Amino acid sequence: MAYSDKLVKHFENPQNVGTISSDPNNKEVGTGLVGAPACGDVMKLQLKITDEGIIEDAKFKTFGCGSAIASSSLVTEMVKGRSINEAMSISNREIAKELDLPPVKIHCSVLAEDAIKAAIKDYQKKNQVEQ
Amino acid sequence: MNKILYFDNHSTTPCDPRVVEAMVPYLSELYGNAASRSHQFGWDARDAVENARIQIADLIGAKEKEIVFTSGATESNNLAIKGVANYFTRNKGKVGHIITPVTEHKAVLDSCHALERDGWEVTWLEVNEDGLISLDALKSSLREDTAVVSVMYANNEIGVIQPIAKIGAIVKAFREENKTGTLFHCDAVQALGRVPIDVRASNIDLLSISGHKMYGPKGIGALYVRRGRPRIRLEALIDGGGHERGMRSGTLPVHQIVGLGKAAELAKEDVDSGAIEKVRALRDRLWNGLKENLDELYINGSWEHRLPNNLNVSFAYVEGEAMMMAIKKIACSSGSACTSASLEPSYVLRALGVEVELAHTSIRFGMGRFNTEEEVDWAIDLIVGKVRQLRDMSPLYEMVKAGIDLKSVDWVAH
Repeated sequence: MAYSDKLVKHFENPQNVGTISSDPNNKEVGTGLVGAPACGDVMKLQLKITDEGIIEDAKFKTFGCGSAIASSSLVTEMVKGRSINEAMSISNREIAKELDLPPVKIHCSVLAEDAIKAAIKDYQKKNQVEQ
Repeated sequence: MNKILYFDNHSTTPCDPRVVEAMVPYLSELYGNAASRSHQFGWDARDAVENARIQIADLIGAKEKEIVFTSGATESNNLAIKGVANYFTRNKGKVGHIITPVTEHKAVLDSCHALERDGWEVTWLEVNEDGLISLDALKSSLREDTAVVSVMYANNEIGVIQPIAKIGAIVKAFREENKTGTLFHCDAVQALGRVPIDVRASNIDLLSISGHKMYGPKGIGALYVRRGRPRIRLEALIDGGGHERGMRSGTLPVHQIVGLGKAAELAKEDVDSGAIEKVRALRDRLWNGLKENLDELYINGSWEHRLPNNLNVSFAYVEGEAMMMAIKKIACSSGSACTSASLEPSYVLRALGVEVELAHTSIRFGMGRFNTEEEVDWAIDLIVGKVRQLRDMSPLYEMVKAGIDLKSVDWVAH
């Protein structure tokens, strides 16, 4: 597959790989796990969020093709320092455009957008329960 | 390594320099049409063609009159299956039945699908997890109106070798007992030059040959059509000057045929001299190096009944296309959905019952005549390092190592 330089860069030098917390009860961290092994695409995105609702840190792990890995790496860069609302409004189109994803790989950017939303939803669920 | 290592010899092979050398004069000086009977240019061309016929026949234990030149194995497969079927229909005034495994090359599968559209019935034989067909299933599928049974010698993706001689014996026995005209076609593209082939001993009636899979040029192949009783009649796909006994019209590409002949001669040498065992040793070296250093590796298809140069392995929890990007200094291929235009994972792996998630992680290596131990050792280091890196990035590997059963997870697929 002929990928853009930006995509290749994210793949060869992925940003923010890893896990913030393996404790599912950690209230500072929202975890989004999207996709399915059967589809060949699984993304795990963790967001560490301050009490003010700012995304302080982001880490990802992805099982998927070059486009999927690059999309999730890019997403961690895009959300760091942003508020929850700003992160929720990130659309897959921005991701696809930035990486110049080929049409057949657009779904990777959709999954990355889903991962953000899933992680934030998880964070909110954990913190609403307390209230 | 400064260059890219070529470990994709099932996809195509480089032209052996000796093949190129043999071909060039037929482009530059000896450019006559082999069908020109009246002058030296034509006679020289014809001699070269007939010599190549002998070289190819020798490779498979056939007679030179049994070799028909085509543009490649795709055409040979089409000619064998449709040629037999169309003659059957023209002769009997009705359509009939074909038997073929689900793991055949697309040239065979789609030829059968085309005939299905004309009303032909096809029995698609399943394979077990080893990739082998059931001989009992074959026997019970044979019918009085079965025109052809088509089974490839060795599979292009997993390298698995079918029990060809047994299949040939079954078809022949059925034909003789029931007085049908049932024929056995074998796509031998991946097996030539890698294992010994004897069409007589194996009772093969039709056999497809490809140049570019055995260090010859692309765009040339052949179809072996057995002579003798019962006589095989094929309806040509291409009409014209009546070349190749009316089976395949078109001026013979002499330089291509010379290349195919030389490639066949060298392929026979590889098998007869045991040189192919060096390639097997490279494949084994690669596999041993990988499994000694990595866990969760799974061979796809039978290890015992496999081409000596094929390694098709799933690296669990690492997706195939990402793997190939990571090991871009090695040319190979993957059965992952992400590498196919249709986003469907390999149908061959699915037919084996390989779970979809493992199918996404499969890589096919095909070692060849020009690979070296140095290349293999370098490749092992690269692959092991990259698999470890990608597994560090894999949420699935993380979950599995934490003791989670992936099958128990409620995946939120979109």
